[in-house]
Amino acid sequence: MYLIISAILLPFAAAALIPLIHNRLGRLNIGWLALAIPLSLFAFFVYQIPAISAGETFTETLYWLPSIGIDMTVYLDGLGLIMALLITGVGSLVILYSIYYLSAADSLPHFYAYLMLFMGAMLGVVLSDNLMVLYVFWELTSISSFLLIAFWYHRKNSRAGAQKSLLITVFGGFAMLAGFLMLHTMTGTFSVRQIAVELTQYANHELFYPAMFLVLLGAFTKSAQFPFHIWLPDAMEAPTPVSAYLHSATMVKAGIYLVARFTPIFGGNSAWFWTVTLVGLVTLFWGAFNAIRQTDLKALLAYSTISQLGLIMSLLGLGSAAMQTGITAEAAAVYGLASFAALFHMVNHSTFKGALFMAVGIVDHQVGTRDIRRLGGLMAFLPFTFTIAIIGSASMAGLPFFNGFLSKEMFFTASLEALNMEMFGLGTWGWLVPVIAWAASVLTFVYCAIIVFRTFFGAHKPEKLDKIPVEPPFGMLLPPAILSFLIVAVFFFPNLLGDHLLRPALNGVLPGITGAAPHIKAWHGFNTELWMTVAIVVFGTILFISFRKWKGIYKLFPAGWTFNALYTNSLKGIERASSYLTNSYMTGHLPHYFAYIFSFFVIAAGGTLIWSGALNIDLANDSPLSVYEILLVVVMAMAAVAILFAKSRVSAILLNGVLGFSIAMFFVLFRAPDLALTQLVIETVTTVLFLVCFNYLPDWKKENSPKHVKVRNTIIAITGGLTITLIGLSVNSADLYETISGYFEDSYELAGGRNIVNAILGDFRALDTLLEGLVLFIAGIGVFSLIRLKVRKEPNDNEN
Amino acid sequence: METLIIILVGVLTAVAIYLVLSRNLIRVILGTAIFSHAVHLLILTMGGLKNGTVPLLGEDATIFVDALPQALILTAIVISFAVTAFVLVLAYRAYQELGTDDLEEMRGADDE
Repeated sequence: MYLIISAILLPFAAAALIPLIHNRLGRLNIGWLALAIPLSLFAFFVYQIPAISAGETFTETLYWLPSIGIDMTVYLDGLGLIMALLITGVGSLVILYSIYYLSAADSLPHFYAYLMLFMGAMLGVVLSDNLMVLYVFWELTSISSFLLIAFWYHRKNSRAGAQKSLLITVFGGFAMLAGFLMLHTMTGTFSVRQIAVELTQYANHELFYPAMFLVLLGAFTKSAQFPFHIWLPDAMEAPTPVSAYLHSATMVKAGIYLVARFTPIFGGNSAWFWTVTLVGLVTLFWGAFNAIRQTDLKALLAYSTISQLGLIMSLLGLGSAAMQTGITAEAAAVYGLASFAALFHMVNHSTFKGALFMAVGIVDHQVGTRDIRRLGGLMAFLPFTFTIAIIGSASMAGLPFFNGFLSKEMFFTASLEALNMEMFGLGTWGWLVPVIAWAASVLTFVYCAIIVFRTFFGAHKPEKLDKIPVEPPFGMLLPPAILSFLIVAVFFFPNLLGDHLLRPALNGVLPGITGAAPHIKAWHGFNTELWMTVAIVVFGTILFISFRKWKGIYKLFPAGWTFNALYTNSLKGIERASSYLTNSYMTGHLPHYFAYIFSFFVIAAGGTLIWSGALNIDLANDSPLSVYEILLVVVMAMAAVAILFAKSRVSAILLNGVLGFSIAMFFVLFRAPDLALTQLVIETVTTVLFLVCFNYLPDWKKENSPKHVKVRNTIIAITGGLTITLIGLSVNSADLYETISGYFEDSYELAGGRNIVNAILGDFRALDTLLEGLVLFIAGIGVFSLIRLKVRKEPNDNEN
Repeated sequence: METLIIILVGVLTAVAIYLVLSRNLIRVILGTAIFSHAVHLLILTMGGLKNGTVPLLGEDATIFVDALPQALILTAIVISFAVTAFVLVLAYRAYQELGTDDLEEMRGADDE
């Protein structure tokens, strides 16, 4: 049974079907049909929870290219399951939401087909065991993300944002592919599980670190880690359901997933530990710092997503310390808490960020803007949306009674643990980890406050709004309401999630390490973590109130020195350089193109001949010469050269006839009667055709090209002729292969023909001859239509 | 014999390339015609020359020249004729429409 593979392929099938059937649905919104797919898949994956949490894993293999080790092997373990549940669960809610969010003017079949494409690709990423298959799905997510960001493609910003996300994520994808190939070179397998077993013996291999960093590059670009985060804010041009789904809940977590999946492979290595932790921490801080200055609610959420992704990434980095060799089981369990917190926060982030995106989408949809300078006082108009937004923000800020509090406390515990780690040179710098974590959390509190207070409190500014705000339909409120419910439910019953999903998932990140998954508790007593949270609230409130006084700090960063400017400038530079290069040789002159072709031929073919040492001239096997033949050769050579100097076109065409008829003579001499006959007929017809055409063509003018052009052409012509001669002589002197003509000499027995040439044409290769007839036929149609076709001139009356 | 023919092929190729590089359309077409002559000779020579009798069974012979290149050339002759005819008419038509057979002047025509 290929149940899991079918689960991956089902959305692809839906993506193919949706454009076909949407016309037959009448007034039924295609979204309702699309909704059935993630719902049923979600049910399927929920059904797997008991077995997976009992420690089982499932593997299915569909053979694709077994000879080179590329098979569609899917592997469902705790880590894959938790991702699959996020993909299908959030996917269901987002589709329900989008049914109300999108208007009838939008191209719904495109939207849902792209969304299904993404869903299938994303499931493929998190369930594939084979790296090559994973890579294919990985790039498919980039492509579907591109299509969805550019969904409103009539907007310039949408197209630019789509291009930016595609360039950056595909760049990372290519790097990752190179890393995968290096892993394959070292271990000889594409299976992630197999590599995890075998790679330990290659820690000193020269490809070990290149492979690690290339794989990380793929993960960092996809998960918008600093400095590749710049694509995510621009991706907010996508419709809000897409932002909620791809660009906060699922696709950007592919990089997180990849790092988690590769922790058993690279975990315990100090370079891995430092890179993942530091990049995560810098992203955490930079994202939060930039979120505060945003005036567009979606851009603010984008930066906050970047920041939260950095948080999860740094946790995975800290947790990888548990894989270090030579530490005690207790220490491994303590460090492993960070990885548990990463998974926990990943789930929590999907709930609160999904809810927030949907709430902001409702504000945008119902009010007509999401610019916080125009918003304010919406609490009275959108009470439900307000409730959802405040639950999501409070969870993101890490306040009690919401799931974000639990994972943020765990984050602090893990970061404080870095103080005690006596490895990787952490002794002196370990204090940085909790300090950055705390500072970024203060900033997180500030931007969460901005979302709630600037939008829903303060004065209502009806003069700045296009619409009078009213609550949206129930179907639009339901998805974020479900997520808000989960936010609270997880806080009160965290171990339901922890025991059944996170613990088995942790086993996929840190295999063989037991005891790292804690019993989650909300109350730990008055410990450092709690005081850190209290300090966050105090400092965060102060910073929020005094924001106007310190926002000048953002002006300290010159506008020309951002990563965005670097991206824009290099893109412009590349475009300029490539158009300059292309225009420099694509001149529109046919002679130029011919000159490139022949020069390339001379350099490539002639050069290969000389450098590879294939040049070999041996005259020993030549057949004897006769006087007639020498005479014919001389005649032909003279006729050919004379064409170049012909004064009139009639003499040129007659000289060409001399060549043709001489070749017919050669065919006679070389025992080829059929060729001689054909050549005579064809040459006669060709000569007549030329002469007839000349009646309609202008006179033969003297070639009046500049001298240097003539010299260049002469050099190309002579070297070209020389190359052909040398290749011909070398081939003639070598005897590499046995001739196959002996086979055809049985033509009477095989084909019933005594004329071998005719038998080849009419029997052995009859299909070729048939198609040759087709070519003649097509040429005939071409000739006929070129002569008869009358191009209607476009009326030019306006100009006259 | 083979060496001599191959050198002739080289001469024909050089002439053909020079003509094809010309800016006059008729010269280009003549060049392609000479190209096919050169290629036919080359293919025939590669199969070996005069090392057997005519490839007709029942001629009281046991050794025949290679028949395969001959079959190839027979096809090639016909195809090259079709191509020559087509480009000739193309040139005719281009001259009718554009009033020139100079490739330099054709550049930038509306049809491009």
